[in-house]
Amino acid sequence: MEGVEIQKEDSVAIIWLDQPNEKVNKLSLKMIDDFKLILDSLEQDQEVKAVVLISKKEDNFIAGADLDMIQQISRLEDAQELSRQGSSIIHRLANFPKPFVAAINGAALGGGLEVALACHYRIATDHPKTVMALPEVQLGLLPGGGGTQRLPRLIGIQKALDMMLTGRNIFPHKAKKMGLVDDIIHPHGLLGAAKQAALRIAEKPVKRKRKKNWMEKILESNGMGRSVIYKQARKVVYRQTYGNYPAPLKIIECVEGGMGKSIVSGLALESKKFGELVISPESRQLIHLFFNMTNKKKNPLAEKVRPISCIGILGAGFMGAGIANVTATKKIKTILKDISLEAAVGGEKMVWEDLHKKVKKKAMNAFDLDVIMSDIVASDNYHGFDKTDVVIEAVFEDLGLKRKVLAETEAAISAECVFASNTSSLPITDIAAEARHPERVLGMHYFSPVTKMPLLEIITTSKTEDWATATAYELGLKQGKTIIVVNDGPGFYTTRVLAPLMNEAICILNEGGKIEDIDRAMKKFGFPVGPLALFDEVGIDVAAHVSHVMGEFFSKRGVTPTKTIEKVYEAGYQGRKNNQGFYSYPQGKKKGKKEVNSKIYSFFGGSSRKIIPMEDIQKRIAFALITEATYCLEDGTLKSPHDGDIGAIFGMGFPPFLGGPFRYLDSLGLDKAVALLQELTKKHDKRFTPCPMLCEMAKNNKKFYSGE
Amino acid sequence: MATFEFNGRKTVVVDGSRIPFQRSGTGYKDLRSYDLARLALKGLLNKTQLDPNVVDRVIMGTVVSNLTTSNVARDALLGTGLPHNIPAHTVTMACISANQAITSGIDLIRTGQADVVIAGGTESLSDIPIRYRKKFRQKLIETQKYKKPTDFLKFFRGLSWRDFLPEIPGINEFSTGKSMGEDCERLVARVGVTRSEQDEYAVRSHQKAAEAIEKGLLAEEITPVGVAPKFNLVDTDNGPRGDSSVEKLGKLRPAFVKPYGTITAGNASFLTDGAAFVLLMSEEKAQELGIAPKASVHSYTYTAQDPVDELLLGPAYVIPKVLDQAGLKLTDIDVFEIHEAFSGQMVATCKCLNSKKFAKENLGRSEKVGEIPLDKLNPLGGSLSIGHPFGATGARLVTTAVNRLIREDGKFSLIAGCAAGALGNGIILERYN
Repeated sequence: MEGVEIQKEDSVAIIWLDQPNEKVNKLSLKMIDDFKLILDSLEQDQEVKAVVLISKKEDNFIAGADLDMIQQISRLEDAQELSRQGSSIIHRLANFPKPFVAAINGAALGGGLEVALACHYRIATDHPKTVMALPEVQLGLLPGGGGTQRLPRLIGIQKALDMMLTGRNIFPHKAKKMGLVDDIIHPHGLLGAAKQAALRIAEKPVKRKRKKNWMEKILESNGMGRSVIYKQARKVVYRQTYGNYPAPLKIIECVEGGMGKSIVSGLALESKKFGELVISPESRQLIHLFFNMTNKKKNPLAEKVRPISCIGILGAGFMGAGIANVTATKKIKTILKDISLEAAVGGEKMVWEDLHKKVKKKAMNAFDLDVIMSDIVASDNYHGFDKTDVVIEAVFEDLGLKRKVLAETEAAISAECVFASNTSSLPITDIAAEARHPERVLGMHYFSPVTKMPLLEIITTSKTEDWATATAYELGLKQGKTIIVVNDGPGFYTTRVLAPLMNEAICILNEGGKIEDIDRAMKKFGFPVGPLALFDEVGIDVAAHVSHVMGEFFSKRGVTPTKTIEKVYEAGYQGRKNNQGFYSYPQGKKKGKKEVNSKIYSFFGGSSRKIIPMEDIQKRIAFALITEATYCLEDGTLKSPHDGDIGAIFGMGFPPFLGGPFRYLDSLGLDKAVALLQELTKKHDKRFTPCPMLCEMAKNNKKFYSGE
Repeated sequence: MATFEFNGRKTVVVDGSRIPFQRSGTGYKDLRSYDLARLALKGLLNKTQLDPNVVDRVIMGTVVSNLTTSNVARDALLGTGLPHNIPAHTVTMACISANQAITSGIDLIRTGQADVVIAGGTESLSDIPIRYRKKFRQKLIETQKYKKPTDFLKFFRGLSWRDFLPEIPGINEFSTGKSMGEDCERLVARVGVTRSEQDEYAVRSHQKAAEAIEKGLLAEEITPVGVAPKFNLVDTDNGPRGDSSVEKLGKLRPAFVKPYGTITAGNASFLTDGAAFVLLMSEEKAQELGIAPKASVHSYTYTAQDPVDELLLGPAYVIPKVLDQAGLKLTDIDVFEIHEAFSGQMVATCKCLNSKKFAKENLGRSEKVGEIPLDKLNPLGGSLSIGHPFGATGARLVTTAVNRLIREDGKFSLIAGCAAGALGNGIILERYN
């Protein structure tokens, strides 16, 4: 049998999983069939008293179900049947007359963990790659191999819901504590321990006594308590998703429908709901996105990459420190330079504080923090820059200053070193205008906070050479970023599409809209933050600067953005930074709902506000962004719709379940989109004029993603 | 004279670096000697831009070792992210521990066992292990054998309340039971060093150090550091008191022999935290890497005397011995860097070296060794003012010496130090051309 090897030792059958030509083991239809045969033969084999399930892969148990297989299913019945089949074979394993021990080294994810859950005993290694999770929800799915039934029965409803609704990773020691695994051992002892445990359980089945905390005792033991849990869980899901994602609700439904009943009826419910999710548009888009992101993990210019062992960062502010953080944690030496040593050490401090939080949470060893901090050298001069492979400047957004540091850096670095500017709006071509070597100058636009935001936008000019782009891409990959490479221009891609979105929010305010209505509408649409709250977070000063820079660009196209935000800034509003923004930030209050700062309405026509229909707000603001994205693709700023979708989702929080602006246009139908834009143009302004490319494509019935 | 070089292999000092020294309980009070060593190692590597993969050995001196990092050299090496395949060991030889680390490194290089060695030391006296008394410790160890809960009743049997008091590690001389201050009192009384001579020397040390800081002469050997968790920038030694004067010091009361003594807190070195390292290489390796060293090692040696009467006279014995070994005279030396444990010890040492009687009776020489010119001795301050982290001082002396050789355009430099146990070390360096 391909990918499975059975070995018998001391009355124990050891099932080795090792899918050929794959880095990881995945569950597939074929495996289900193979497994039936294996179970048949093991059942009859008198010599075998117990079974160990183990992987031959270096750091992977089973990574989950084969997504290609799931993506190819288009009919509800097929999807449900797939789940039923998988679920029934796993159920057979759970009821197998001889004990099964799951020996887990490396990731046990999704279906992989569900298989382990069906085993009678679980031993995990303490290998750093050993991790357990049910991440189906992130793909708009639910655990369809019995996970929604077995997990709550094993570890309790609340912990199980938390795992399934967040998809969070559980590391071995936590897993042992919560009862997800029975034992932990070092990788070398895994097989031996699993065999011992298997024989032990064959003699005497395990009886687990789960330790329950008082919350669990009160709530989970009775129907009334459980209904409180489900109600609360639904409330949290609604608050976080505004009902845009069906998967979490169906997960709750499966747990609710199965607990307190027989597992068989629970499994049937689970398969039914799994099928519904597989064919849901939300899951389709999320799986597309997953594949799109996976693709981005490959450097398109891999063969041109130059080695990276040391980088320099200019400017040790919040941005510079964030970049140092994601670099040094990947064992790349980082020189953090600022004008004064005090400032540079301040950057070092920000990194330390961020990582020290992890040490406190036991997510990092104190010793590992020491090693990481040893890789960050705070400096007030260019000593050591001759050994750097990439220098990233994160100084104040001022063209003159950026040119000055570029000139200084060029004097200090070798010919092999890339110079990257971390700017959010200044054209790289302008920054590189006086460079001695413009061929190695590019933009690396990180998003704040760098440690949390996954996107990196690399901006190349007409002079940037491929080796420089390739090396910057490689650095970004090492830093754990999802990367898009775009052509230079005002605002590049992300800032350029963000500007019309913000502009539209201000326009609606100018027309008398309410701050809370606008933000609520966009959160309901699927954005994580409303546009006006975003103004406060980014800083009204920054927004005014960007608005000014981008205004010139848009006016060339005959579109005049509103200037109100610049007036708001001039009046001293800077947002969260100085507690003066669209919302009020009373001192000392950090949690809870923010209150609108009604004083700011004086810039937008006074305190009497009117109600603007939610749908209008959503259409206008979303399409302000979407239409600009199509212009970016038309003029070549964007190289592909893939980049446009990734950039919008990870750079500005475009709803992932809509797949990004281009996927969303495709799913809407381009003709309908053009009609909508024309209607908006008529009603509001020519800023909504659909771009010629979009009209042309709509006319010819084309899609951005043809053939998919 | 025996030649010092072994198989013709010459050892060179590429450079040295240290973190600013801080009075204990101040700038580094939250750090362990392990942390200080990491910061100083990182500083040396950054200063020299050395590829850590070429390092063959790391050796650190330390005196009061931290229980959690018993081989601090290895632990700090790993904590600084240096390659795992570099062996490292920790040495201790009281106040000349770093000298021992450095000379061990020199031996590894000249015998061909290593090409690149980082040697120096680290010391935190803000973080000393305070332990339970012997009886209490014995009881604690016994509890591991207890089986039933009632066994714990045995624990208190025979323990008095005094046994629960903590015990601070002694800095008294083990063989004589005397504190180093008392020993120094004996020395100055015997050699005839007055209180005012001592105070004058101490004031000089502080003023020289303050002047050196003012002129930026110490910046060359210092790596500024941000200290977790607050990351206050520490970029200067905080020991030197430029405003000290003989009048002020004269008001202090004797610290050891009360009330008749002459040694006070003002003319003795203070408890200090710090770490310092030097980068040693074989001459060939330096040439291969294209590195210009600052000095080469000409000679070194050790001496030991009777700890009762000559505890701090190490330099008076080791200086003539190492000069003889090198075939040099005191007048050949341009740069003196001598460890200042006490003002009294420094003055006594100089007096002995300049005494025919001492030469005859103690050294078996017909002529005195000579007078150390004051302008060549510790002109940037010394342990009295900059501070004395026991395990690190030797590396500071070597670093200052090589920098001075270049700045003062000298040829030979002599480093000497005394240590508990009546030990002495002397090293002669030659400027590298």
